[in-house]
Amino acid sequence: MKKLFAFLLFGFLFFGLNAQNKSDLPNITLKNLDGESINVAEINNDGKPFVMTFWATWCGPCVKEHNALTEVYDDWVEETGIKIFSVSIDDARSTAKIKPFVDGKGWPFEILLDVNSELKRAMNVSNPPHTFLFDGDGKIVWQHTGYLDGGEEDLYEEILKISK
Amino acid sequence: MILSVFVLGTTAMFGQGIFDKSKVSGSFQVDGNYYWEDEGIGITQEDINGNKFGGYGFGKVQYQLGNFTAGIRFESYQIFKMTGLPTELNGMGLANYFATYDNGTIGVTVGDIYDQFGNGLIFRTYEEWTLGFDNALRGIRAVFRPTEGVTIKGLYGKQRLYWESYDDHGLVRGIDGEWDLNQSIKAWNNAKLHATLGASFVSKHEDESTHEEGGISYNMPKNVGAYAGRMNLGYGRFGFSAEYARKINDPSAFNNWIYRDGQELLASLSYSQKGLGIVLQAKRVDNMSFKSKRTETENKLDIGFIPPLNYTHTHSLPSMFSYATQPMGEMGIQLQVNYTIPKKTALGGKYGTKLAFNYSQVNDIKRDSILVNGVNTLNMMGTKGYDSPFFAIGDKMFYRDFNFEIDKKISKDWHLTLMYINLYYDMETIEGHPNAEPVKAHFAFGEVIYKVNKKHSVRLELQHMWDNVSQNQEIDPTYEENYIKRGNWFAFLLEYTIAPKWFISVADKYNYGNPIADNRDHYITGSFGYIKDQTRIAISGGRQSQGLVCVGGVCREVPASSGVQLTVTTSF
Repeated sequence: MKKLFAFLLFGFLFFGLNAQNKSDLPNITLKNLDGESINVAEINNDGKPFVMTFWATWCGPCVKEHNALTEVYDDWVEETGIKIFSVSIDDARSTAKIKPFVDGKGWPFEILLDVNSELKRAMNVSNPPHTFLFDGDGKIVWQHTGYLDGGEEDLYEEILKISK
Repeated sequence: MILSVFVLGTTAMFGQGIFDKSKVSGSFQVDGNYYWEDEGIGITQEDINGNKFGGYGFGKVQYQLGNFTAGIRFESYQIFKMTGLPTELNGMGLANYFATYDNGTIGVTVGDIYDQFGNGLIFRTYEEWTLGFDNALRGIRAVFRPTEGVTIKGLYGKQRLYWESYDDHGLVRGIDGEWDLNQSIKAWNNAKLHATLGASFVSKHEDESTHEEGGISYNMPKNVGAYAGRMNLGYGRFGFSAEYARKINDPSAFNNWIYRDGQELLASLSYSQKGLGIVLQAKRVDNMSFKSKRTETENKLDIGFIPPLNYTHTHSLPSMFSYATQPMGEMGIQLQVNYTIPKKTALGGKYGTKLAFNYSQVNDIKRDSILVNGVNTLNMMGTKGYDSPFFAIGDKMFYRDFNFEIDKKISKDWHLTLMYINLYYDMETIEGHPNAEPVKAHFAFGEVIYKVNKKHSVRLELQHMWDNVSQNQEIDPTYEENYIKRGNWFAFLLEYTIAPKWFISVADKYNYGNPIADNRDHYITGSFGYIKDQTRIAISGGRQSQGLVCVGGVCREVPASSGVQLTVTTSF
């Protein structure tokens, strides 16, 4: 097993050289709320900065953060053109519940379903909520773990720094 | 060996001057515990047994270059019973490594694999460190996406259990296909009906063809196959999804060595529009424990995952009574409604009001005995076990939860959340305590947040639980365990936060109505923490009550303890 592993590792390294990823987002395919497959590496906001935040229905601070972001979202979009991608790490117990949950709460974000925490692991997220701010090229410029009331203000300051 | 290859590879790339195209990232988590004796909750010097310090840590490093990704995870545990994680984890080593090449059409992973087929009914590997659970498949996986909307996966390997040798575990092989009709058929690209179909087959292989039990040798199937089919339909505001799984006879220690086939159905129907979401779910599970070692009886080496259909309580009192799925058989339904009363209406007020309602109930399945030569063979080892009509619900109720929540921003500075919960919890089945009285309880929860200014907030949480447990009865000392968290409780939490960096809180849970006077204890805890970007440092101290920690319907018993805990997480 280990020998096979080492052999393939060499092979992959060689192949890997031929390609490059511009953004910090991994090549992982997740579903959105309409059941469509989305390749995370292709996520962008037409050259403008965007936010990606990890949450779960069972995570109280995450729901608070989303409610708070919902309140300010229209203003933020108008002022900076920002877009928020919200990644649910709920497992199969809640997959069917996410859409009604999100709609019922009136959240306006692009939701992605990370049912087996694939993206969460790839992005080195330990606990939700965890929020990333990406620049227009998809590079991580800021990240924050946890949510405390009023924490969205801090995110907005960071957004303003990179929005011109 | 692997590390050296890794280093060599990395160095080679430095040489080629393409370092700027590659990316190294990772994360660390360290937990340290210090325990002390606490006569009040029965923790003596003997329980601590010289183990005052405990702790564990994980370190993960990932390397990405274009379509290639590789990663390793190092784990170290020095824990004992009070830490609450399985002590079999003690030790350290490279627990997880993988390398993936994926160009969008073809993907190959070797090493430790986390994946899920459909809802995971017959295959799901995942890790949940809060439970000390990791059933990663060490082997190889290939993913093929021949055309837009079609994904075919195949995998092969053995599962992880702590630090045990993989040789003792059965071989798992699986294949899964998923077809998104709208993405693959051009004319349907923008159809109002969105349909996805999927199917999977998983087989496990164990070498032993017999099993000795009670002096009798039983023939065992060396290969156990399981298959599942699923569909996902969306039509405008409506959604419907269903998955059905079946497993051939798989006698195991978990099902008392019966030869019955297993089956499972999971279905959901939903309606949603902006401001309103309704979902109704139903499931039936019959003899679906599927493990890569037939002698395992606990939450170990599971190949399949049975999603629980009930609300996940996060408040400290109701979460002491979390449901654990019963793979031997259960039938459940759940209804969840989320509604936002719009802003600027009489009831909605200036900011709108969020309402949530949830009802869930889980019962046993009905089991009819099978007569063999006039002998009742109900659940008898070596037989088919029982008959069970598919739509018949068993009389025994395992769990029922009815709850209602109002979440309201009252003004710029005040936020209020109220919740009522009505719970039925069959302690005997869920926790395996013989003779335990079922919990029939009401809970009230209230939370007020006051914003002192833009970044400073105070949060007060109050909870009460009314438990109908019989009082003033003679308690048989053999069953004292059954009363540990029974009777009325009161709890509060007071937190002060300075966003985005600081938090400090003090909390108490008081079991003032416990039927046993000695159990009427306070569980006072304090915590303090600091967050800077992706780094979080938290210290908490005080009493931890005995209870179940549950994630995704998988639970683990955590003993009572008294001490301090330091947790640091960070990533790069």
